Amino acid sequence: MTARTQTVDPAEKMMIAGKNIKAAFVVVVGSAFWLLGMPAQAEQAIGSDGARHLLNRSGFAAGDADIKAFAGLSRTEAADRLLKAANSVAATPPPAWVDEAPIPPARRQQMTQEERMSEQRRNVEHAFELREWWFREMLTTSSPLTEKMTLFWHNHFATSQQKVRFAPLIYQQNITLRRNALGNFGTLLHEVARDPAMLIYLDGANSRKDQPNENFAREVMELFTLGEGHYSEQDIKEAARAFTGWSIDRETGKFMFRRGIHDYGNKAVFGHSGNFEGDQILDMLLAKPETAQFITRKLWREFISPEPDEAEVKRMAAIFQGSGYNIAKLMRTILTSDAFYAPENRAALIKSPVEFVVGTLKTFDIDAPNLRPFVLASALLGQNVFAPPNVKGWPGGETWINTATLLGRKQLLDRLFRNEDRMEVALRSMDQMAAMTGADLGPPGREGRMQRQMERQMGGIRWNLDKWAAGFTGSRGLQDMTQVVLAIAPSEIPAGNDALTGNPADWARQLVADPAYQLK
Amino acid sequence: MDRRHFLRLGLAAAGAPMFGTINGVSWAAPAPDAATVEAGAYRNLLILVELKGANDGLNTVIPYNNPLYAQLRPRLAIARDQVLPLSENEALHPALKPLMVLWQDQQMAVVQGVGYPRPNLSHFRSIEIWDTASKSEEYLEAGWLARAFAAMPTPRHFAADGVVVGSNDMGPLSGPNVRTIALADTRQFLQQARLAQVHADGRNSALRHILSVEGEIVHAASKLNGNYAFRTEFPKNGFGNQVRTAAQLAASNAGMAVIRLTLSGFDTHANQLGTQANLLRDFADGAGALKSALLELNRWDSTTVMTYAEFGRRPRENQSGGTDHGTVNAHFLMGGKVRGGLYGQAPQLDRLDGNGNLAYAVDFRNLYATVIDRWWGGNSTAVLGGRFDALDLLKA
Repeated sequence: MTARTQTVDPAEKMMIAGKNIKAAFVVVVGSAFWLLGMPAQAEQAIGSDGARHLLNRSGFAAGDADIKAFAGLSRTEAADRLLKAANSVAATPPPAWVDEAPIPPARRQQMTQEERMSEQRRNVEHAFELREWWFREMLTTSSPLTEKMTLFWHNHFATSQQKVRFAPLIYQQNITLRRNALGNFGTLLHEVARDPAMLIYLDGANSRKDQPNENFAREVMELFTLGEGHYSEQDIKEAARAFTGWSIDRETGKFMFRRGIHDYGNKAVFGHSGNFEGDQILDMLLAKPETAQFITRKLWREFISPEPDEAEVKRMAAIFQGSGYNIAKLMRTILTSDAFYAPENRAALIKSPVEFVVGTLKTFDIDAPNLRPFVLASALLGQNVFAPPNVKGWPGGETWINTATLLGRKQLLDRLFRNEDRMEVALRSMDQMAAMTGADLGPPGREGRMQRQMERQMGGIRWNLDKWAAGFTGSRGLQDMTQVVLAIAPSEIPAGNDALTGNPADWARQLVADPAYQLK
Repeated sequence: MDRRHFLRLGLAAAGAPMFGTINGVSWAAPAPDAATVEAGAYRNLLILVELKGANDGLNTVIPYNNPLYAQLRPRLAIARDQVLPLSENEALHPALKPLMVLWQDQQMAVVQGVGYPRPNLSHFRSIEIWDTASKSEEYLEAGWLARAFAAMPTPRHFAADGVVVGSNDMGPLSGPNVRTIALADTRQFLQQARLAQVHADGRNSALRHILSVEGEIVHAASKLNGNYAFRTEFPKNGFGNQVRTAAQLAASNAGMAVIRLTLSGFDTHANQLGTQANLLRDFADGAGALKSALLELNRWDSTTVMTYAEFGRRPRENQSGGTDHGTVNAHFLMGGKVRGGLYGQAPQLDRLDGNGNLAYAVDFRNLYATVIDRWWGGNSTAVLGGRFDALDLLKA
């Protein structure tokens, strides 16, 4: 490796000579990971470890070139560069059907059972195409941070295709989320409250003054703004009345305000009484400091550590609310904070399934013309985008890893990293077994179908691990590879780590099998 | 402060069994002299079935002779000539027909009016209350089963304390020290487990978590197998697969105190009738297959199946042909040792609260106490942070 810009990490100064690379590896990687929590002031360069940490957390992977490009920047410069690159629209062209209007209710009435089922299948297929579209954007975007934020808001304003059942509305919601991903949270909240997919998901579309549906009113307080404990059942009931009539035009699938079913009466919310409309309720929620703190705490868990520092949360939340809910400003505060760069918070977070899958593809330059198997893999690992488990979204953190999902992750890596000939043999034997027994392999049911579909399509992936690994030669090969692949030194130093006789492809196999590969 | 009360039908206590809370119950690190477990104590298996999203209890155990039932539900009431009567007043939803055999054999207890004081109507908060057995306004970290196993550990040779089938949510089995395996299918689990290894590395809590999960996999895989050839035919649907997996787990004889299954989709705010009927049919078919498989294994007498859910649904139907979040629910316990019959209190449809919801008659923690004290011979008071009387619905 040639010199990396002007900054030199203390660890990098330690030149390793000779063959005793194992000991050197322990020292260098160990110190690179653990000595680097040096007094880092906002003006100092973040160094290559800082750069890798920032790129990993704000994106899906930290490539060698990006690490070099960011290592010489200060915290503020680095955060600003990421924020300046933000996009408000996706570069990947969406599927052709995204502007389709819903089937008019009158037509739907006449549909036969057969037609309904075929429509349903088409819709499920569309949802998968949409997931592939998003994964493609995550892989190719010039601003991974935009995608991370869009994913964050999707998890925050969780909405599921499984209830909405019309993929164009899910697409429209994604467009709304990404347009505001680093914009203004107030604007985002107001737009989401009118979002047709959300109106279906939380039953607002059918909420009428004689029977207000409380679902949206409850979740907007509990999950979108204040958090549990900062409102009463009475607040929910009254607020629900203010949102009655926020509905959908069934011909166009667009938002529509239905006067006839809106409650224009007096409402008492949070001790205020008045003829409140839905937008005023949202503004009342935004006026409360709990909202800014709730969002800040959640972003902390996503970007900094599992345990938010309450004093810091309050400080950041005050900046956030003071800025009129400027998300980019809050993210700048987060991404330049001491807590973000603190040594104890490096590699302290568990990768989500999407981060794990997309990150693996990016890190190893795996060329996947068809992303369906990876969308399926992420779903099987517990994160089926556009289908969160409930309105609370994915709980995340340690819950990503249980015995089933950890094995699923290992199996996916095993599929990708085992030798190609072995993969073909395995696939052939699976096909033969299926043909011989006529039986389904693996568990039946929806998960089983997804699993088999993923397995079949994974066979089409062409990727040469040896070629990728060949870039890591010389005495520093293993260290450099470790820097790119792991966020922390491995639990076990790869065997065969002698620079002269070791096989870099084997190092890669061992590094991804290491528990540390699950961390970001 | 003896608040022993009878929970048999018609004698339900009105008061909440509130007892001094023991905060910070020492579940996290069991005392060295924690009760030594007799090998037999956890021979009794508990299979929990979560009816996720909150099944509508009123259309499950139907007060078919109560005129208010039909009045509150002009669209949703199940017609009287379709219900499956259990008594003068209660009847099952027609889709639950497979459960009638259990009822007639007196191996199914129906507990009505299950809930808790000051109910929370949020799915997430209320299931958290159920999972952690907390009071309405109390936040606890670990699940009630995690605490039960900390207080009275399962034998070391057990494959796991509990197995969660087909869900990534550990629910009552979440907690720092509980040995929980999550899997969808035993054979698949065993195939994949070959990729797991035991490591020792505790640099941060995320890493420690991953390594402990990996260790659990290796341990459980050494105990399980998934090849028992049942004569029982399992339903070919998602819940049927979970039941098949549960039966395979029981057949492994690997040792586990709990298996948790989840049937989702009960949050029927709109168009409830068909959705709930399908789900109840899946549930009943699965329960029937489970009994049949456990009989094959000679384990039906040492298994209790118990349903639970975050809350019930509101008695009055909404405008969308559905029901909104409510409070109390009816739950089932089934098994060879279950004393069949009706327990708890029939819904008092003439006494709804300000939200239009029912008051509870049986605290869900009485059901947990029944499991801990009567099924496992443990001490529920410490685990539940207060005294909750066991229901007398298990035979000795």
